[in-house]
Amino acid sequence: MDTPRQKHLVLILAREFASNLSTPTLIADDRGRLVFYNEAAAAVTGTPFAEVGEVPLDEWTSSFVPRTPDAPADPAPVERRPTRIALEERRASHERFRITSRDGVEREVEITAFPLFAHADEFVGIVAIFWRT
Amino acid sequence: MRVTIWGCRGSLATPGVETVRYGGNTSCVEVSTSDERTALVLDAGTGIRRLGLELVERGVEHVHLCLTHLHLDHLEGLRFFAPLWDERVTLDVWGPPSPVVALRERIARSFSPPLFPIDLRRVPARVSFRDIPRRPWAIDGVTLSAELVMHPGPTVGFRIQNGGATLAYIPDHEPALVGSIAGRTRDWLSGGSIAADADVLLHDAQYFADEYDDRIGWGHSSVEDAVTYAHAVGATRLILFHHEPDRGDSSLERLGAQARLLAGDAESEPVLAREGMVLELP
Repeated sequence: MDTPRQKHLVLILAREFASNLSTPTLIADDRGRLVFYNEAAAAVTGTPFAEVGEVPLDEWTSSFVPRTPDAPADPAPVERRPTRIALEERRASHERFRITSRDGVEREVEITAFPLFAHADEFVGIVAIFWRT
Repeated sequence: MRVTIWGCRGSLATPGVETVRYGGNTSCVEVSTSDERTALVLDAGTGIRRLGLELVERGVEHVHLCLTHLHLDHLEGLRFFAPLWDERVTLDVWGPPSPVVALRERIARSFSPPLFPIDLRRVPARVSFRDIPRRPWAIDGVTLSAELVMHPGPTVGFRIQNGGATLAYIPDHEPALVGSIAGRTRDWLSGGSIAADADVLLHDAQYFADEYDDRIGWGHSSVEDAVTYAHAVGATRLILFHHEPDRGDSSLERLGAQARLLAGDAESEPVLAREGMVLELP
């Protein structure tokens, strides 16, 4: 009998925490799937989470064509994205980007991403916070 | 699968005339295995003392003790567990891992002065301590899986499968702490993987709703939340567990009646756990 896959308890707690914040915040699981972002993040990205659903985080972030201040004409390398760094290198990271939201609005954001480790140092996912500049 | 309840009281053992029907011993549940020389035991509350005497009588040689967490009411019976004092017995203790202090060290604290006169290293049984694996594991034909659940400190619930039968054991659990249970899909429910479609769910139902309002964050559930949770995860039969220590038999029966009312036309009505209860799973 297959056991249905449940989100890790730390992700459940993180989602509840994020849903009560006015700071734009997203959560991805250990496999790099976007599993939640809050209403404040929806205001930055231009789309409520319910319309996006669970998707690969890289695919979702690429849709905003993030550019760094030092190369504003070109999409930023994936390796510079704090979410990617938190997922792959499992360390905190911070970067400033210019993004194009789904509603077509250009925005400057700073993104901080950090890994989540549960008991016994189990890596369970990441949290990313968007700081509006 | 046969499941025997040896203790279902929450927080503190409560012997006395007012608790004789449902019992005053704290959490301990035995699950049958395919080998009669092997015992699978969930939690080591005071109920484990009587179980231990019976296991010695049965000649059990190998005991697997699975601890949901290390709060005292789930551990305090271990020191008086007869197989621990029998050199012929092998005892494997499974518990939630911690990155800071090993399971053995955490348990050894309760075997040291001023709490207890005999050091854990001096017990006669062959005892080993094992961190609960992240993936399902097997003990004598029984498959176990564990997930962290909503309760203060590292705490797991167990899903136990044997043949086609599934038991879910989540004695200390407050899934409503992060919001309404009814509005969540199973994948966002604490313990959702553990309890999904279980034939029997042993679940925390320590409080009436008005009591819970004053105890939010203590790690336990109201009877309303227990019933809602059982429905949300699709459990067939809910056994109300971890009884409030201040609750006598008659108060417990009011809680049981409320659970039945709340469950409405559920496939199988909720029942109160009681010491000595034997559940035969299909």
